[in-house]
Amino acid sequence: MDFSYTEEQQALQDSLRRFLTKEYDFEKRKHISRSAVGHSADHWKQLAEMGVLGLGIPEAYGGMNGSPVDTMLIMESFGRALVLEPYLPTVVLGAGLVRDVGSEAQKQALLTPIAMGELLMAFAHYEQGSRYALEHVATTAKRDGDGYVLSGAKSLVLSGAQAGKLIVSARTSGGARDRTGVSLFLVDRGAPGVSHHGYVTQDGGRAAEVKLSNVRVGADALLGQEGAALPVIERAVDLAIAALCAEAVGAMDALLETTREYLKTRKQFGVPIGKFQVLQHRMADMLIATEQARSMAMVAAVKVQSEDAAERRRMVSSAKALVGQSARYVGQQAVQLHGGMGVTDELSAAHLFKRLTVINTLFGDADHHLALVSDGLLVA
Amino acid sequence: MDLNDTAEQQAFRREVRAFLAAELPPALSHKVQHRQRLGKEDTILWQGILHKRGWGAPGWPKSFGGTGWSAIEQHIFEEEAADAGAPRQLDFGLRMVAPVIMAFGNKAQQERFLPRILSGEDWWCQGYSEPGAGSDLASLRTRAERKGQHYVVNGQKAWTTLGQHADWIFCLVRTSTEGRPQEGISFLLIDMKSPGITVRPTIMLDGEHEVNETYFDDVEVPVENLVGEENRGWTYAKFLLGHERTGLANVGQWKRLLKRLEQVARRETASSGRPLIEDARFRDKLAQLKVDLLALEVTLLRVLSAEAKDAKKGLGPVASVLKIKGTEIGQAIFELTMQACGHDALAYLPEALEPGYSGPRVGGEHAAAAAGDYFNMRKLSIFGGSNEIQRNIISQMLLGL
Repeated sequence: MDFSYTEEQQALQDSLRRFLTKEYDFEKRKHISRSAVGHSADHWKQLAEMGVLGLGIPEAYGGMNGSPVDTMLIMESFGRALVLEPYLPTVVLGAGLVRDVGSEAQKQALLTPIAMGELLMAFAHYEQGSRYALEHVATTAKRDGDGYVLSGAKSLVLSGAQAGKLIVSARTSGGARDRTGVSLFLVDRGAPGVSHHGYVTQDGGRAAEVKLSNVRVGADALLGQEGAALPVIERAVDLAIAALCAEAVGAMDALLETTREYLKTRKQFGVPIGKFQVLQHRMADMLIATEQARSMAMVAAVKVQSEDAAERRRMVSSAKALVGQSARYVGQQAVQLHGGMGVTDELSAAHLFKRLTVINTLFGDADHHLALVSDGLLVA
Repeated sequence: MDLNDTAEQQAFRREVRAFLAAELPPALSHKVQHRQRLGKEDTILWQGILHKRGWGAPGWPKSFGGTGWSAIEQHIFEEEAADAGAPRQLDFGLRMVAPVIMAFGNKAQQERFLPRILSGEDWWCQGYSEPGAGSDLASLRTRAERKGQHYVVNGQKAWTTLGQHADWIFCLVRTSTEGRPQEGISFLLIDMKSPGITVRPTIMLDGEHEVNETYFDDVEVPVENLVGEENRGWTYAKFLLGHERTGLANVGQWKRLLKRLEQVARRETASSGRPLIEDARFRDKLAQLKVDLLALEVTLLRVLSAEAKDAKKGLGPVASVLKIKGTEIGQAIFELTMQACGHDALAYLPEALEPGYSGPRVGGEHAAAAAGDYFNMRKLSIFGGSNEIQRNIISQMLLGL
């Protein structure tokens, strides 16, 4: 057992934190969130220069060949600073999928631009009516000569209106919830037949509804094996979940810190409110919830690499369930302890709370993942 | 980062398993697995077997006859021992008074007391709490007045766990009323056979005799039984509690009991007539406990690894996190086990907890202990410094409030 980070990991996290403290304070973040595009090209470029965007990309394509534990460190720092830049869709999901199942040509074409900060990606998978079921794919891809024609509609595509390239899941065979017959395609967002409706999410991020009407792609757009994408998608989503768990821990850390400071400075009845035992105990429970979540974010980062898919499922779902519950508890209590100020737009606490709420919902909420762990007990 | 055992840890785990398979008496393991009553002789028997193997004191350094195991190795040992159904070793001697004697006692005390704890010859109990001083220990009133070569002790201790079996008691006593209440306390080792000591049972809400009230009426204690310095007992007491609270995380025991609960849920029938495990509402509660316990286990391992890297730092206030979460999870396991048994848990049949009982039962074998365990284990969030006190410690020491 070893819970320590390597010197390289520690150094990367230190420099990333210094950068974010200096360049990404709460006011700046607010400004970025309210801009038309919803993230900052300058910051994205700087993250590329620091090597952050290429961390999980193999060295041959300009990356650093990092592991999910490296991603954990980055996401934790992003969580503290409420970073809006599309790291999850572009790097974790987009680059991750291309790295794992892309052809040599696809890797060469996409991975280096991603590492350099020149290409944004989005993963267009969920659909209306799918809720969190990853196997639900009604979008179709019909063979057409050498290529395919894609038709359907995708929901909550993170950065769907910003990304240059989409990775779209579509059925090459089977019914809407079959485990086989799902394929992945690389689609230019600007391709004829692709339309989107971008919107701002509750936490100030960006997503889109994407429609595909007879979108024609070549054979080289197929990413991975035809009809065999579901396990690939499940693993990619698990990597995203592990990353989100770490981001949540960073946000919880920040909430604990800001709430603690508030309790020490805000006075009522002539004393700092942090002297009241009922509030002290609430803070103690928030700390416990955060530490439990931190442990599970580590479990997720390590076990998401497991070769055994059932073990991976059990551990990642356990982590997402517990982190989601902790996030909800810490978020709600932090707002409560801030009193009236907690329900205003002015404080970072409210925004951390909103981000934590969004993280709990993304890729399945705590109830969904607890149910997966629970149903796993039937086969034991 | 690597959550797996290292090669050495794997080898160690195999060694522990082989030992348990060979040396843990099946009858003893059966008693523990079925939550039957354990007697004093069971604890002593197991301590003797461990001692023979050189494993009598997993937490002690080699210089005092311990194993010299790292914190992680101790955890592995406890986990395997719990899984195999070994009885818990008696904390009071091994984990509570011994570390104090090692750290603050003199050489004569170390030579006199430690070997007898190791071998199981001396049974220790704890004299901390009093009727008016539970988690607020500093308000204790049992006094010890120095008269020549003796202290004369008068007062009353409460909640002396298993004191009915004890040869010795370690006591916090008031030796001064000057200054802050924490300042006039001393740490005394008292022979339970001393004239003037009376032990009276306190029957717990599950009907069991587990704790006692211990009265001291002009009890003479030789001054050489004072540990460390007079009036410095508070420091030693706090040191001891830090040791106790890691143990109270109890991860190994809870893992075994959760496994058992899972088996119970496969055997019991839900109202639908199907096995209880197929009831999604019940199963979700079980899943929640598994998730919570996994998080606690990793949190414990994180703490132990950090301590192994910097032993001088000690556990400190983070032990309170483990105590709170460990006891909450433990209580939830006992509650859900009772729930799993349905109304079969309502029968009060203490005789069914005796080994070898073959009389009539209500429900399965597991039902006999279910409600009693639930009632008894409400103590978990109260003893060892109540969970409210632990929250005070976290908010003051970790959060600076």
